[in-house]
Amino acid sequence: MRDPLLQFTDKGIYCKQAGVYLDPWKPVKKALITHGHADHSRWGHHQYITHKDNVPIIKHRLGDIEVTEVEYDKSFSINNVNFSFFPAGHIPGSSQIRVEHKGEVWVFTGDYKVENDGISVPFEPVQCDTFITECTFGLPAFKWQPQAQVMNDINTWCAQNNAEGKTSVIFAYSLGKAQRVIKHLDTSHLKIYCHGAVYKMTEVLRHQLDLPPTHLITRDTTKDELVGQIVVAPPSAHGSPWMRRMVPYVTSSASGWMTFRGARRRRAIDKGFVLSDHCDWEGLLQSIEATGCENVITTHGYQEIFARFLREEKGLNAISERTQYEGENLDSKDSADENPDEHDQKNQDV
Amino acid sequence: MKEFAEMIRVIDGTNKTNLKVAALTEYFKTAADPDKLWAIAILSHRRPKRPVNTTLMRQWATALSGIPEWLFEESYHIVGDLAETIALILPSAEKSTDKSLSEIIQDIIDLRSKEDREKQAYLSDIWLRLNYYERFVFNKIMTGGFRIGVSQKLMTRALADATGIDKDVLAHKLMGSWTGENTSFQELIFEDNEIARRGKPYPFYLAYAVEAEVDDLGSVTDWAMEHKWDGIRSQSIIRSGELFVWSRGEELVTDKYPEFQRFLGKIPDGTVIDGEILPFKDGQILHFNDLQKRIGRKTIGKKLLADVPVVVVAYDLLEHEGQDIRHLAYAERRAKLDQLVTEINQGEEQLTQEERTPIFLSETMYFNSWEAAAEERDLAREKRSEGLMIKRKDSPYLVGRKKGDWWKWKTDPFSIDAVLTYAMRGHGRRANLYTDYTFGLWDQGELVTFAKAYSGLTDAEFRKVDAWIKKNTLERFGPVRSVTPHHVFEIAFEGIAPSTRHKSGVATRFPRIVRWRKDKPIEEANTLDDLKALIPD
Repeated sequence: MRDPLLQFTDKGIYCKQAGVYLDPWKPVKKALITHGHADHSRWGHHQYITHKDNVPIIKHRLGDIEVTEVEYDKSFSINNVNFSFFPAGHIPGSSQIRVEHKGEVWVFTGDYKVENDGISVPFEPVQCDTFITECTFGLPAFKWQPQAQVMNDINTWCAQNNAEGKTSVIFAYSLGKAQRVIKHLDTSHLKIYCHGAVYKMTEVLRHQLDLPPTHLITRDTTKDELVGQIVVAPPSAHGSPWMRRMVPYVTSSASGWMTFRGARRRRAIDKGFVLSDHCDWEGLLQSIEATGCENVITTHGYQEIFARFLREEKGLNAISERTQYEGENLDSKDSADENPDEHDQKNQDV
Repeated sequence: MKEFAEMIRVIDGTNKTNLKVAALTEYFKTAADPDKLWAIAILSHRRPKRPVNTTLMRQWATALSGIPEWLFEESYHIVGDLAETIALILPSAEKSTDKSLSEIIQDIIDLRSKEDREKQAYLSDIWLRLNYYERFVFNKIMTGGFRIGVSQKLMTRALADATGIDKDVLAHKLMGSWTGENTSFQELIFEDNEIARRGKPYPFYLAYAVEAEVDDLGSVTDWAMEHKWDGIRSQSIIRSGELFVWSRGEELVTDKYPEFQRFLGKIPDGTVIDGEILPFKDGQILHFNDLQKRIGRKTIGKKLLADVPVVVVAYDLLEHEGQDIRHLAYAERRAKLDQLVTEINQGEEQLTQEERTPIFLSETMYFNSWEAAAEERDLAREKRSEGLMIKRKDSPYLVGRKKGDWWKWKTDPFSIDAVLTYAMRGHGRRANLYTDYTFGLWDQGELVTFAKAYSGLTDAEFRKVDAWIKKNTLERFGPVRSVTPHHVFEIAFEGIAPSTRHKSGVATRFPRIVRWRKDKPIEEANTLDDLKALIPD
């Protein structure tokens, strides 16, 4: 029997015919990378191949690495296997990877969402035979509201906090979610302050995005200056001593997990905004249908439940595979979230 | 309904007590009387009787959502709360309703007498008229267990703020067997009539555990001590020739303990006794496990009455000769109690247990030194108590859990090292996290389940164990996963007794996790024989 075009190995998703890995989790020679989140673009590969918008992001995170940049919808071949990148709409520079060999087409989504977030090139469905899809939010309990409505809620909340003399702290991933929120915050009356990790990543992305001004919180930032304003910080800052200079503050988290009451209460966050860079249930189903695929491999998320649904209710040939991707994990410590006080020192030195 | 749901949303959305009280106070100041009454009823766990069982609710919600039943069940296991799951999976509301809380509850009450078809029609309509949060609150009222971070104490505080009535007085008014259907807000809060007072218990006074060293309490001579019996804390009320027995959970349990009917005629009218219900036979206190056999039963048969007879071991006297005497000093109240119970017991020595008045005194003890008290505490297991209660001699009987005058000084728990074998997702704030664990002990080379525990680790530790479980699952059985035996935890428990209902042959009381023994390989976990050796003779 012929090897499948993409197989799941202990190092990651492997294309034997081309001798390359897709988003591998152990160091390999040649890695095709969907996007810049730490669980997809890991340290230690010889060569990285990724979309050009992702290059500054992974260089910022991983330092001096060897990267080949590609553009969307431009195919290239490795050992007679054709590869091309298509927008995934997840975060800036995020891609789905299309793999074609001897007339067979596979697509690996990495992470994706269907809604246009205003900062990423919007998701494009790609026709394929086999679709490897994430399903972080692959349960019918997940239904996203339109971004405009969620951002309106966030802006109303910030204005209300300001009126009460409190600082609004929004916890969001430093890559992607933070810039998405920043992009749509109402800055007509309020200023945006950032934790070091968010600030630095935002600066990296300013070269490709038009974003409102942000201010770095340093040791010299005074309480008076911050009061009533908006602070964007990575989730790991919650409960850390760094938060002290924001007093009095109210906290919120922008994540798909905020759908669950328990998720917010467990973290003692004042307010949860349901805003995700992944597909909701309907988004997943629509995307799968749009590919026209016959086979689905579900990865990170509720993969077994989701695969069963696709088999039994949609008549697809669906299986699930284990990976080491984390999806949207509220508790993971983002590798970009370094100690903010180190940034302070560096800034003072300059 | 909108206002009530919004108030609950505010309360649920904050962990700051002041904000919760403010939201409740505002509601009690602005809502209509019937809505206020139902709000109090619901928050004090007096929801109307459920007109539809949860199985049907699940089926109807599943049908309305158009998803397969198994997918609903999987979603429920992950969300961890039925009301929330139903609210989430239903299609978004396109209509709305202006019905008030009390009108919705009247609908729920009226549903009881309807056919299933009509019930389903009502739910399918109302579900699509409520927004997500109203739907969640509605489902909570329907399914019961309205636990959303508002204690009765907090609600009483808000009601006191809104009405200007003292909170201890309110706490007493809110006790007892009233429901939203048999009283009004005016009657419950503002009127004081004899009929309402008839079977009404006093709020229980609860103690905190001794925090550091017991000698920090000062001179031992200021304190009276007694054993902390391991049964059901209760209040026996004898008024106008009628008996009412309340458990600490504010449950009227008179019918479960028919032997206490013998109090009538022996204990005078106008008496309220705080005491522990204990299983007692042949002059010996039985295990708590034996009492459990009676707790669960709806009807108490002759055999059970004969196998597990109960007594009240009296701690305190709250009402004497029709007067509330909670303000008197403990020593004074005890003197009256001692006289009352001693007189009853005297002259009954010749009678059989079935004939005797089933009440004894919990012996009050006075010590010359804390060391002597500690020696008595060491005898607790032998005497089948949980340790000692320390009560200030001049203390009044207060309302609720208060620091200062009463302390519980429990014996150190048992502990044993066990292996994590199964895990289940938690509920509420632990939904979607594997936090409910099953532990096994070695028996002939196999791990035999001996206890379940779901408290004792920090949130950070739970997250670590959860992540490990997700990666090391062996098998799934619905919501339960079996995991590779790898981690050892120290498990503490309060009591231990032989049991025929448990696979291990041993029942433990209040098992909880003390610490994660990362230093121990599973081979060094304890054996079932080690556990059995802890059972007192």
